[in-house]
Amino acid sequence: MTLPSRRSALPGFSLTLGITVVWLSLIVLLPLTLLALRPWTLGFAGVWQSVTEPRVLAALRLSFGTAALAAAVNMPLGLLVAWVMVRYRFPLRNLADSLIDMPLALPTAVAGIALTALFAPRGWIGALLLPLGIRVAYTPLGIFVALVFVGLPFMVRTLEPVIMEMPREAEEAAATLGATRRQTLLRVVLPALTPALLAGFGAAFGRGIGEYGSVIFIAGNMPMVSEIAPLLILIRLEQLNYAGAAALALVMLLASFAVLLSLNLLRARMRRRS
Amino acid sequence: MNVEMRGLTKSFGPTPALNAVDLSVSNGEFLAILGPSGSGKTSLLRVLAGLEFAESGTIVIGGRAMEGVPARERGVGFVFQNYALFRHMTVARNIAFGLEIRPRRLRPRAHEIRDRVASLLDLMGIGDLGGRYPDQLSGGQRQRVALARALAIEPALLLLDEPFGALDAKVRKTLRVWLKDLHDRIGLTSIFVTHDQAEAMEMADRVAVMQAGRIEQVDTPDCLYAEPASAFVHEFLGEAIRLDCLVADGVARFPGLPSAVLPTACRPGAAIALIRPYEIGFIVRPGPAHVVSVHANGPLKRVRLLIGGVGIEVLSPAEGWTPVVGENCDLELSKARVYPV
Repeated sequence: MTLPSRRSALPGFSLTLGITVVWLSLIVLLPLTLLALRPWTLGFAGVWQSVTEPRVLAALRLSFGTAALAAAVNMPLGLLVAWVMVRYRFPLRNLADSLIDMPLALPTAVAGIALTALFAPRGWIGALLLPLGIRVAYTPLGIFVALVFVGLPFMVRTLEPVIMEMPREAEEAAATLGATRRQTLLRVVLPALTPALLAGFGAAFGRGIGEYGSVIFIAGNMPMVSEIAPLLILIRLEQLNYAGAAALALVMLLASFAVLLSLNLLRARMRRRS
Repeated sequence: MNVEMRGLTKSFGPTPALNAVDLSVSNGEFLAILGPSGSGKTSLLRVLAGLEFAESGTIVIGGRAMEGVPARERGVGFVFQNYALFRHMTVARNIAFGLEIRPRRLRPRAHEIRDRVASLLDLMGIGDLGGRYPDQLSGGQRQRVALARALAIEPALLLLDEPFGALDAKVRKTLRVWLKDLHDRIGLTSIFVTHDQAEAMEMADRVAVMQAGRIEQVDTPDCLYAEPASAFVHEFLGEAIRLDCLVADGVARFPGLPSAVLPTACRPGAAIALIRPYEIGFIVRPGPAHVVSVHANGPLKRVRLLIGGVGIEVLSPAEGWTPVVGENCDLELSKARVYPV
């Protein structure tokens, strides 16, 4: 690492960098290192066995699958909401704006209980869906619904500033050049928003993988079917199987890191082009 | 293509942006719409392009009525003030955009599009920039890309909104000459909007002066300068000295200047006379004008005078009679134009 030796107008470069490094180490790196070291008391074979149990694999698949799916569904939904919030002025807009943040502000357990009550077979929506043969509560579908709920604000808040900055003239220019609304959307608007959509996907996905409170009530937590990986970690902790819990946590950490890193690389590549 | 606008009216809330605008542009003409900010000039351009709609009035471009025709079907090239380039596309893709989005049966073949883009890049003098992204270009280069993109669809009419507004003074000067040349070469009917009277007078075949949503006067730069139709046009086109006067019996008289009697067609009553600082002549005889100061200023002298307590500044040729500070003289105002208040 080379440090800039030129004098800068901002004072205290070494001091601020020092604090940054210490703080990052203390808050992020140290706990993660501990997490990475903890499982190996089981030995390599033990760790491998502990994270390849069918129940663990099912939970990981469920957690990552539903988080990815929910984040993906939140892309068009979040885009729509962000677009309307930025481009239109309508009555009660401020109220709607605060509502978007509610999933963030609400204690997740409260959200989980509310969603469960809504989607349980005798809840308002659950009762409507039951005759159609759709069960939401206590199934993977319920987990998906909860993750869409908590992921939406991440998508909307990531997209809003980008849409705000997007010059309207670009769309008008496309129109004067003969583009239909659809062509303008597909060729001008969406490409300009893709980096922000990816960033929003990453944020919603990351939140979805780790989400616990809002999910466990609606999930039903049946092993192999609707049991999420964070819950499995908790179960292992309660069984005092600390190394096993850490092993599972390490796998989740590495997988999330891989996903977020590749998203960031993709975004960096798109940014470099423009 | 000929462009005909009749009775265009549009308002934003209570203030009219366009107030019964009539304007004709003939084929191949380069017309400037000149006016202060808020005069409705950009609204007029946007209504022409179909980006906004007038509440009443008609537009006919090349014999085709534009009522109900959306922007994408008008065949009007539009260069935006901030260029509005597509930032995620290269310069070449930006220019090709209007051709690539055409339905298959109207779309030129890929190699024809490539050739068209290449020749437009050459025409703009930016032949080697096709692979760059807009963020990697200077303001002047972006301006040329925006122009090339608008020209690629072979529009019937080209509209430019403050084409030099975002450029620094030096680039502006070069681009002005370049754009004028370009227009003369391709002969495309073009309308540009500006608030800079020098820009309008230098480039345009005709200038339409707008104020408060109305067109005050449309004329060639020479006629506009020689015969301003209203006090607003007179003052907007350049420095002018404003003298109060009174019109009666077909002549204007000036309080404090008994010798100046100006025949005028202006209606009787209080009026103002406008005269350019270099149009005032000196009469060498004692009179009501008191010389306060004289500054040599290149080929012209800047003479400050007091007339009945009102200060004015006159430009007078360096050779010829030099008024002396402290002396009194008389003034010749025959070139003044009288407008009703």
